[in-house]
Amino acid sequence: MSVTPASAESTPFEIAQAETPATSHETDTHAAQPAGEVHTETGVAHGDEHATGVFPPFDQTTFASQLLWLAITFGLFYLLMSKVVIPRIGGILETRHDRIAQDLDEASRLKAEADAAIASYEQDLASARAKGNAIASTARDEAKAKADAERAKIEASLQDKIAGAETRIAEIKAKALADVGSIAEETTAALVEQLIGAKATKAEIASAVKTAAGE
Amino acid sequence: MANDPTHQFLVNKIVPIEIGGIDFSFTNASLFMVATVAAAAGFLYFTTGQRGLVPSRMQSVSEMSYEFIASMLREGAGSHGMKFFPLVFSLFMFVLTANLLGMVPYFFTVTSQIIVTFALAILVIGTVVVYGFYKHGFGFLKLFVPSGVPGALLPLVVSIEVISFLSRPISLSIRLFANMLAGHITLKVFAGFVTSLGALGAVGVAGAILPLLMTVALTGLEFLVSFLQAYVFAVLTCMYLNDAVHPGGH
Repeated sequence: MSVTPASAESTPFEIAQAETPATSHETDTHAAQPAGEVHTETGVAHGDEHATGVFPPFDQTTFASQLLWLAITFGLFYLLMSKVVIPRIGGILETRHDRIAQDLDEASRLKAEADAAIASYEQDLASARAKGNAIASTARDEAKAKADAERAKIEASLQDKIAGAETRIAEIKAKALADVGSIAEETTAALVEQLIGAKATKAEIASAVKTAAGE
Repeated sequence: MANDPTHQFLVNKIVPIEIGGIDFSFTNASLFMVATVAAAAGFLYFTTGQRGLVPSRMQSVSEMSYEFIASMLREGAGSHGMKFFPLVFSLFMFVLTANLLGMVPYFFTVTSQIIVTFALAILVIGTVVVYGFYKHGFGFLKLFVPSGVPGALLPLVVSIEVISFLSRPISLSIRLFANMLAGHITLKVFAGFVTSLGALGAVGVAGAILPLLMTVALTGLEFLVSFLQAYVFAVLTCMYLNDAVHPGGH
């Protein structure tokens, strides 16, 4: 009542002065209420004016309250972390880790499959190529054999024809040569007759022609 | 006193609660602890709701933070240390979110309160000590006796090891607390220069350009520090947990 916030800070002397003119009735009411009121008012004054001179973080009157509320809030926080948040994040990370490992396995499996497919394809290709080569070479061989046989046949027939022709040529040649002998004898006989006017015997002329031909 | 750089660290009551004469009021610090938890848990919960095999961008962020902490812990404390993954993950996300929320103007920075960072550090060291003794019994004390030290030096080395172990919760908590506190105070001071110089007329406005640039640069730096301090906190937690899992493994 009579104690205003300003006078809460004033010296006891001033308070005494303020109270001096008060009636005994007022002094009684003041005496009845002061504990709580003065306490809160000095609290406010302390808050605003920093009156006690205690550096706020070292103000021991706040320690109990801070400790209690720290215990409550940090305890709750610890519980939330250990029961909810950490299992949840751990679960997320583990799921992801598993999923990645699984995907990697799947990928390596698919790669093995692809490799196997490529290998079998390569094998098929190689065998097809070999088969193609075999077919080609067989065909070539056959054609070659056939051509060879044909050629041999033709060559043989040509050989026959050549042989026949040669025989005929030889015959003709022999006949011609034989004819040549008789022509020569006749010519010789005619020449001798012309030259010497005497007929040479046929035997003499033949031997002479032979001798000349033998030269 | 709007320019009081420590004003932002004041803890104000929102809902006064008093149990057994001790003040357990719901304050702005409590509010931002709730906001931190809601933001971090909500983000992680809703971004992973799809359970996408191919993650969305936001789901990737959640997954990256999960894998980031998981690999950090596996490297720091081995596969046996993975049972502490929920703890390290919660610590990292809580500290990171609290740091980043604190970067929003007018928001309260939960990690700028020494009692909060100290409680988190005690949680880490408490886990190390309890698990170390539970798992290895008195073998856990091998932590303080490095192998291959000559007998004459042993008392000295052991006392150094004990002191270094005892200083861990202090260094762990003060590192985070001081970084956040100093960063926010520096930001506030430079931003305060801008407003007070700006009130001085044309010359003041010209002079305010430099502190304004500093404020912008410091804001970027503070985002880096927010992440870095959460990272450092988590890395050190992993190293300390490694001692609990492998006490002889120096």
